[in-house]
Amino acid sequence: MPETDTRETLLDAVELTREFDGVKALDRFSFKLRRGEILGLLGANGAGKTTAMNCLLGLTLPTSGHIFAFGKSLQAHRIEILQRCNFSSSYVSLPGNLKVWQNLLVFARIYGVAQPKRKIAELLEMLEVAHLRDRVTGQLSAGEGTRVNLCKAFLNDPELLMLDEPTASLDPDIADKVRKVVRRLQRERAIGILYTSHNMKDIEEVCDRVIFLHKGRIVAEGTPEEIVKRSTEHSLENVFIKIARSGDLEDANGKEPTP
Amino acid sequence: MNFRIVHALLLRYIFLYTRSPVRLVEMVFWPIVDMLVWGFLTIFLRQNTSGSFPHFITFLLGAMILWDILFRAQQGVAISFLEDVWTRNLLNIFVAPVRTIEYLTATFAVGVLRICVTAVALVVIGWLAYSFNVFVMRWWLIPFFLNLMLFGWSLGMISTALILRWGQAAESLAWAVPFFIQPVVAVFYPVSVLPAWLRPVAMALPATHIFEGMRAVMQTGTMSWAPLCWAFALNLVYLALAGGFFVWILNYTRKRGLLTKFSTQ
Repeated sequence: MPETDTRETLLDAVELTREFDGVKALDRFSFKLRRGEILGLLGANGAGKTTAMNCLLGLTLPTSGHIFAFGKSLQAHRIEILQRCNFSSSYVSLPGNLKVWQNLLVFARIYGVAQPKRKIAELLEMLEVAHLRDRVTGQLSAGEGTRVNLCKAFLNDPELLMLDEPTASLDPDIADKVRKVVRRLQRERAIGILYTSHNMKDIEEVCDRVIFLHKGRIVAEGTPEEIVKRSTEHSLENVFIKIARSGDLEDANGKEPTP
Repeated sequence: MNFRIVHALLLRYIFLYTRSPVRLVEMVFWPIVDMLVWGFLTIFLRQNTSGSFPHFITFLLGAMILWDILFRAQQGVAISFLEDVWTRNLLNIFVAPVRTIEYLTATFAVGVLRICVTAVALVVIGWLAYSFNVFVMRWWLIPFFLNLMLFGWSLGMISTALILRWGQAAESLAWAVPFFIQPVVAVFYPVSVLPAWLRPVAMALPATHIFEGMRAVMQTGTMSWAPLCWAFALNLVYLALAGGFFVWILNYTRKRGLLTKFSTQ
C-alpha cells in the first residue's frame, strides 16, 4: 500500500510480538488496514495467522507491541471497538442447540441492532439461507453453518470485519457466492476486511493486498499480482508453497531480496 | 453496565432451557431425589429415636432446600459458562462487545431462574410428601435465600475462573466446588459438632450463619439479626474477592493465550 493512501486507517498493528514458551508465534508484526480494503493474511499452518487474528480480536494479549482500531488503543477501548467490528471463523460455531433465528436474534440484541428481525431476514436472504431460519443450528451442514456464521458477522454492519477461512468448508458454487457477497459489502459499505484463507483463488479474487507470514514474520507484502511478479513463480499458489517450504519469496539467488 | 446486553445473554439461556426439556428436568430431578431420600431417612430416624429429635424433619428438609438454593445459584454461573464452552460459542461472546460484568450478571440471573424452578418443586414435594411447610421460617426465608444466592454466585465465579484457568478438563469443578465447603458450613448439623479448630473457618463462611439461623428459627420461631448481618457482610467480601479472582484469571488466560483453546477443545 503506497504511503500516499489517504483512506482512514481502521486497524493499525504496531510491532506485535507474541511468544509462547519462548517461541515467537508473531515477531514484530506490523501492518495497517484501511477503510474499504480487503487484506489477506496468508501463511502455512503455524505461520502466525491465527495468533495475529486472536491478538487483533483481543482474545490473546501480545507479548509486546500495540494494536489500534479506529485510532484508539484496543486494550483501552476494547468494548467500543468491538461494537464496530465483527468476526466469523469456520472453526467457531454458534450454539448448536438453538435455532438459527434464535442465535441471530441473541447476537442482534447484543450488538443493539435496530429492527433485528428485519435485519436477520435480510441477511439470511442475502446469503441464500432464508429457508434455514427455523432449523436447529447444530443440524446444519458445514457450508450452511458457515453462511449462518457470516450472517452473524454482518449483523451490526461492521466497519471492520475479520474473516477466518470463511470458505473453508464450502463447495465451489457457495464459495463463489460468499466471495461475491463479501466483495459487494466491501464496495457498498467501505468495510475494512482482514481475510485469511488457504484457498489462493479466494485470495486472488477477493483481496486488494496480501501479507505472507512465515514463522510470525512478514516475508512478502503487496497486491497478489505484485507478489507473483516479484517471485520466480507463476501463480500465487506456487508462491504460497515456496514460502511455506523455504520461508522466503525468492531463492537464495533470486532476483529480489526478501522484504 | 448495559442491561440490553444482559437481557440478550439471558434470552440465549432462556431459549436454551425452553428448547431442551431435559435441562428443565435436570433442574428438578436431583433435588427431588435428594428430598425423597432425606425425607424418608428422617422419618426412619424419628421413628427409631423415641422422639428425642422432634425437629429432625424440619431441620433436614429445611437444610436441604436451603442448600439447594446455594447450589443452584452456583450452578447458574458455572453451568452457563460451560454451556458456552460445550457449544464452542465462548469466542463469539468474547469477541462481542460484552463486558465481564454483563456476562456475569446474565449468569447470576440464570441462577435466580434455576433457583425459582428448583425451589418451587422442592417446596411442593416437601409439603405433599412430608407435610413440611418451608414457610415455618416465615419472613426469615427472604434474607436466607438472598444470602445463600449471593454466596452461590461467589462460588460460581470461583468455579468458572478455575475452569477458565485449567480448561475443560477441570469442568467437574462446576459441581465439586460447593461440595468442597458443604461439610464446613454446617448444613445438616450445628457448628458445635465441628472440631474446635474448624469452627472459625466455618464462621468465616456466610452460609454457616444462614444454616445456624435456620435452625434457630425452626426451634424458637425467631433469631437474632447479628448472624444475618455477618452473613451479608461476609457475602460482600466474598463477592468482591470472587469477582476480582475471576477478572484476574480472565486477564491471565488472555495473556497466556488460553482463552482461544476453548474453541478447539
